Amino acid sequence: MNAKYMYSFLAVLALFFLAYLGVRVPGLPVVFGILLPYAAVIIFIIGVGNRIMGWARSAVPFRITTTCGQQKSLSWIEQNKIDNPSSKGAVIVRMLLEVLCFRSLFRNTRIKMKEGPKLTYHLEIFLWIGALAFHYAFLVTILRHLRLFTEPVPYLIRLLETVDSFFRLEILYDVVQIGLPGVFISGFVLLAAAVYLFLRRLFIPQVKYISLAADYFPLFLIMGIAFTGIFMRYFSKVNVAAAKELAMGLVTFSPHIPESSISGVFYAHLLFVCVLLAYFPFSKLMHMGGIFLSPTRNLPGNTREVRHINPWNYPVKVHSYEAYEDDFREKMIEAGLPVVKQPAETAPEEKE
Amino acid sequence: MSDLPKPEDFAPKTYRPGSTDWMDVPAEIRKGIACYAGNPKSLEAVGLPNPRTWSCFDEDWQLPENWQQIIHEGFKERLEKFRSFKVFMDICVRCGACADKCHFFIGTGDPKNMPVLRAELIRSVYRNDFTKVGKILGRLGGARPMTIDVLKEWWSYLFQCTECRRCSVFCPYGIDTAEITMMGRELLNLLGLNIDWIATPVANCNRTGNHLGIQPHAFKDMLDFFVDDIEEITGIHVDPQYNKVGADILFITPSGDVFADPGTYTCMGYLLLFHFLKEKYGLDVTWSTYASEGGNFGSFTSHEMMKRLNAKMYREAQRLGVKWIIGGECGHMWRVITQYMDTMNGPADFMETPVNPITGTRFEHAKSTKMIHITEFTADLIKHGKLDLDPGRNDNLRVTFHDSCNPSRGMGLLEEPRYVIKNVCNEFYDMPANTIREQTFCCGSGSGLNAGEDMELRMAGGMPRANAVKYVHEKHDVNTLATICAIDRAALPDLMSYWVPEVEVYGVHEMVGNALIMPNEQERTTDLRGEPLPGMEEADE
Amino acid sequence: MNLDKLLESKKTTIVDKWFNSVIQTYAPDAAQFFKNQKDQFHNPVGTAARKSLDAVFSGLMAGLDPARLEPELDPLIRIRAVQDFSPSRAVSFLFDLKDILRSSLKKELPKENLEAQLLAFERKIDQVGLLGFEIYTRCREKILELKVSTERNKIYRAFSRAGLIAEVLEDDQDLEAS
Repeated sequence: MNAKYMYSFLAVLALFFLAYLGVRVPGLPVVFGILLPYAAVIIFIIGVGNRIMGWARSAVPFRITTTCGQQKSLSWIEQNKIDNPSSKGAVIVRMLLEVLCFRSLFRNTRIKMKEGPKLTYHLEIFLWIGALAFHYAFLVTILRHLRLFTEPVPYLIRLLETVDSFFRLEILYDVVQIGLPGVFISGFVLLAAAVYLFLRRLFIPQVKYISLAADYFPLFLIMGIAFTGIFMRYFSKVNVAAAKELAMGLVTFSPHIPESSISGVFYAHLLFVCVLLAYFPFSKLMHMGGIFLSPTRNLPGNTREVRHINPWNYPVKVHSYEAYEDDFREKMIEAGLPVVKQPAETAPEEKE
Repeated sequence: MSDLPKPEDFAPKTYRPGSTDWMDVPAEIRKGIACYAGNPKSLEAVGLPNPRTWSCFDEDWQLPENWQQIIHEGFKERLEKFRSFKVFMDICVRCGACADKCHFFIGTGDPKNMPVLRAELIRSVYRNDFTKVGKILGRLGGARPMTIDVLKEWWSYLFQCTECRRCSVFCPYGIDTAEITMMGRELLNLLGLNIDWIATPVANCNRTGNHLGIQPHAFKDMLDFFVDDIEEITGIHVDPQYNKVGADILFITPSGDVFADPGTYTCMGYLLLFHFLKEKYGLDVTWSTYASEGGNFGSFTSHEMMKRLNAKMYREAQRLGVKWIIGGECGHMWRVITQYMDTMNGPADFMETPVNPITGTRFEHAKSTKMIHITEFTADLIKHGKLDLDPGRNDNLRVTFHDSCNPSRGMGLLEEPRYVIKNVCNEFYDMPANTIREQTFCCGSGSGLNAGEDMELRMAGGMPRANAVKYVHEKHDVNTLATICAIDRAALPDLMSYWVPEVEVYGVHEMVGNALIMPNEQERTTDLRGEPLPGMEEADE
Repeated sequence: MNLDKLLESKKTTIVDKWFNSVIQTYAPDAAQFFKNQKDQFHNPVGTAARKSLDAVFSGLMAGLDPARLEPELDPLIRIRAVQDFSPSRAVSFLFDLKDILRSSLKKELPKENLEAQLLAFERKIDQVGLLGFEIYTRCREKILELKVSTERNKIYRAFSRAGLIAEVLEDDQDLEAS
């Protein structure tokens, strides 16, 4: 049994019960519904800010672009402007492709020739697809939740919801009634992608070997968020009006716990989100911000054309030509190499 | 005689390292993998810390008493000075995309050679020393304190990385293991932990201007020797200029081209090319014995040492009053020139934007560094029809091209050498797409690892490269591996002789030298290596 | 039934098992990579192992003189000679084939009275084992030769004898110092 993911799993499980059972204690809903969310958001904002400021404070002494294509050189050789950008605009395109399409990860996808002309894609494409699915589903899910924090709900959010619930699947049993609220694909994709990323860590030995508890914990947390969310929406039918009342109270800074009760699962969902927010700045999840500051990607590769300034460049000891000539003058003359000082000029000093 | 295996070496190994957590697998410093420790005299010569006679196979590495503090403070300083280092310490998500991209992992199967794990060796200490979560959660948070075992592990694996940057191409965040290795090696150097094949060339380059410690007159002797050879082959007496004040162009190449086969033939190619251009167009090029090392072993030591050695290029250019510089075929030298030189030792405003006086081409892309690559220069000449070439003289060569790591991933010099090769040879075959250009596989011996004692490591690390060469050898009968790097020319012959002995290693400008028709030359019967030219096999006998 | 036919029918399984036993000599995560990565340029080790084992086994079945299987066996031994294996460990996989055969033929052995044929086949495996040892030794000799003839030594010694080297180092100082 692997302690790394067991501890993470148990931690997430404990969080669930903490909230689920905790809100039954009178007085605690205020903690779970108001204090913790505020605290989490504050930690998130300050933490992320600190982290990014911390990175920004560190100097960028050199432009160490990783060049992944033909440089700009002779006019008749076509430059690969995106993979070896020489202008700011091209860098922006490169970064956009990186951030929006995970371009480098896609490079992983090898096109491999089997016998015959048929092309086959290797398993690695699934990491790229899984990562894309995960991040976009997460984004859509977050945006969708803005409906709880806005009144009236902006058109764009409603449009997004319509698109997200494009596939209507209506199952109307007594126990399960899916369909009436519309099925949001994003939630399920998020859960599935998180599960995939977890299984990948579990079953690909290389990835398992490098995984830390810090890799499993956020995955379990996000699975927990997705799972409780889906559960509330399609199974337990959470009191949405009350949830919105709570949310609106929080964003309008008039927080209060709604009169009509909200289920424990909702509070578990909320606690998961709070923990994720508070955990975010201290974890690898900061890769979201870090990618924008990665010096191998966010700088143009035109270092021969435009000088980069190193803020802490300091003078160093250099073995000068003069010292070199002093060292080897006789031999240089003997070999017919030109020298600056003739030996006669220095000889008298040596003799004395 | 300590290289003889001990009886226990013959016993089958029973434990499989990967089955336990990597933190519990102690690093083993092994013969055949590890390089010998830096000679104290070399360290002293350039003022590197803690010079002493030691061996990595010893139990006691004779470290300064407060070594942990030195590492901690050095670490802290570098986190502030290098955003790259700090960001790369923080943002890895361990997705595993890089895991199987490293030639050392592919070749040795040692899990700690996965780039992500190589970085985790250092990250784990970073978490312990510099992050709250690491401090609180300890090992569960992926943190561990710096101990002597960790230090030995660093040393072992930081000298099993050739700083080739292949992993960085595939990383979704652009995390560059080369950068992490460079930082790690800087930290190790603070304790006097270096390898001799880096430390001694550094000391030599600093004093004599070349990695072997060859003195100026011998440098000239070697070139004179090439001049004689060229005269014998072509009947032309080339006349290189040295340290000439007022020359138009300074030429700097790695000293490996002057002193080590088969780079020496590439050097003869340069001599022929410059003589041709001088005779025909009056090009005024000088060599320097002071700045006679293009390669920069300092870059395998620390940024400061890189700067110290590199400074000679601009200083010599200024002293001689040249207009601009041409750099020879070299790998890491060109990473330094492209991404560091101007920042470190510039601005070179005493020179002019390089303009090829023969073709009129302005090398705008090098207007700040004032230094262009010889294949850029030659490609430009060929494009404008300024060279008289007979590619048929290379018809015995069936050529493939090995993209050197640094010109590919730290510069983007991909088409220029190919263009030159295709114009001086008739038979050219690229290796499979996922082994060339920005995805090129390292020779396995870069970043100072081309010593002798780590031959097993070099052979295993170079295996992916050799494997692709073998493929084109079998498929297209390729017998020539062209390169634009002096370390390649030193390392690949060994690699080929082990994996694909039928393939010889050439520099691009050696082939240029063979194909170049010199004004008034005698009929050549041999190539620069003294081998009969195609169709001349009988004439030779 | 004769052994050859039986082996022919089980060839894929046997070679697979043999391949696995070779791969199991590596760390688990590397083993998985060597096994699953099908791109021959990204996985020279796995590719060479599969190819070698298949060819050697086919050669043995075809009744080739084991001593002539060198071209088939060489690529795999050549790889293992530079990896972190003791000499015995580097070539012991060849003898694993015996166990694999016996376990694969467990049912048929007593029934079909194949013991004698199998023993003969096993003798051939022994010969392949010896061949493997020879190749291994040759590879190691090559490595040693490369070690002593590296450019560094060739040049350094030559120039040093000629007295052309600035004395940063004293002559012939033993760098290993152990």
